[in-house]
Amino acid sequence: MILVLLTHDRGALDESSLQGLTYARRLGEEIHAVSVGAEIAELGEYGVVVQHVVEHEALDDYSPSAWGEALAQLIVLHSPTAVMSTGTERGNEVMAHVGAITGLPMVANCVAIETSGDVWQISRTRWGGSLLEDATLDAPIKLVTITEHAHEAVPAETPSEARVETFTPELSEADLVTKVVDRVVTADGVTLATAPVVVSGGRGVGSPEGFAPLEELAELLGGVVGCSRVVTNNGWRPHSDQVGQTGTVIAPELYVACGISGAIQHWVGMMASKTILAINTDAEAPMVTKADYAIVGDLGPVVPAIVEEIKNRRGI
Amino acid sequence: MRILVCVKRVPAPGAKIVLTDDAQAIDTSLLSFTVSPHEECAVEEAVRIAESHEGSVTVMTLGPEDAEEQLRSALAVGASEAVLVPTDGSDWDPISTASALVAAIQELESEGGFDLILFGNESADSGGYQVGVRVARTLGRPIVSGIKGIEVEADGFALRRDTPTGSEIYKVPSPAVVGVKEGINLPRYPTLKGRLNAKKIEVTRSTQDRAGSGQAMVRLVTPQVEINETVILGDGPEAASAVVDLLEELQLFT
Repeated sequence: MILVLLTHDRGALDESSLQGLTYARRLGEEIHAVSVGAEIAELGEYGVVVQHVVEHEALDDYSPSAWGEALAQLIVLHSPTAVMSTGTERGNEVMAHVGAITGLPMVANCVAIETSGDVWQISRTRWGGSLLEDATLDAPIKLVTITEHAHEAVPAETPSEARVETFTPELSEADLVTKVVDRVVTADGVTLATAPVVVSGGRGVGSPEGFAPLEELAELLGGVVGCSRVVTNNGWRPHSDQVGQTGTVIAPELYVACGISGAIQHWVGMMASKTILAINTDAEAPMVTKADYAIVGDLGPVVPAIVEEIKNRRGI
Repeated sequence: MRILVCVKRVPAPGAKIVLTDDAQAIDTSLLSFTVSPHEECAVEEAVRIAESHEGSVTVMTLGPEDAEEQLRSALAVGASEAVLVPTDGSDWDPISTASALVAAIQELESEGGFDLILFGNESADSGGYQVGVRVARTLGRPIVSGIKGIEVEADGFALRRDTPTGSEIYKVPSPAVVGVKEGINLPRYPTLKGRLNAKKIEVTRSTQDRAGSGQAMVRLVTPQVEINETVILGDGPEAASAVVDLLEELQLFT
């Protein structure tokens, strides 16, 4: 049996969680899901046989230390072959706690796993995905996370029953020492992580003001603005807009890269985009040669021209 | 306030990563070295906290002798002590790294404990996402990763982490461990005076055993890149019409 941790925020499932769940099904074992502090609906569609819902009065909000402890207690109770999660921020964090509590190795951000035999053969990502590592994992219980956006989440061919079993862990004060105690909400609606369209700017945008047409284009397409590292380092945009290895890793339907040359640290943050459109003066820039579509030209006049064309066709 | 920052020496790759013939490492013959941007910010944050709270910053790394270069970079921007936990240059697995760091930290703490230990959220190269958590758990201290804001409070720290819609706040008692993310600050550049001062500071060595674990690297592999024929929609603004046709085709334009 494989235990798969699903991450959620006060009951709202992190959709990326289902990617790890989908991959876990390939390993040919019964799938049990774990959700801490909330029940997740309709997991049967994803082939979950049992959902372990962890209940505790103190688990009304996210706590990396307590989630890790609860999962470690479930491992003792059920002796799974493996415990998995998607390699999201919370997924990797909780699995690291499980590794530390149990003393077991934890292999983060795997893209492929070969499980024949006691020793697993794993392919995992390094450098945010610009390099792969073949690794072996020899442990009585395997702890792994699956790289986010490496595999799509798809329902199982045959749904299962997803029987709910509740579990109340024993938690001490020390287990609850790290917990969300307050929140600041600065954005509502579409976010960089989930937007279907991201219009992103790089060095070629030239200034903070240069982002105004990108904002307009993003808004017309129901998307948001992103940027490269050079832009945040220059203080043109907040770091929360940064796409890349040390920013946000995204997989939108369309990524419009305006004046972004395409260094690997940026590329790995958006390479999972369904369609990539590059706007760049340099036809040889890596972003242009790797993109699906490109306009060779100065984004200064190009982006407003696209905005105008959209307005014309919509009759705005 | 005593602060410790743990960093890792990594190559600074260009547009393409080239491997050595035996695929055990990145060919670094033409590359310079650095630390992860997360760690660069962790050093900066430690120095800022030390400056405003009468503190001192120690920087530590587990790595080859050459990693002294990264320790000196941290000394040049305001750290005052540096510790190298030497390796033979091979890549240590996360359990071995964490246990060696714990042993080295415990040696250092015989002279007084650290109020705050900072890690980068994950290393730029191996990206194991766990050394900080393992160190904190072994030391019995709280840790939160992904942190983009640290406020020093009377009996601990308020920590801010970005979420897709804003941020969430954690409060942890001192002593604590924090996994820092790029964006928490914009790191300063070292001054000439800072560089000169850094040269005078002796780097201490703390030799530790490699514990080993069930996780082992076999080889590095360059990912297969799909050969992609870029469709050029045009040159300049006259391509706008073709772009909007594409948006319609992708059903992103309604």
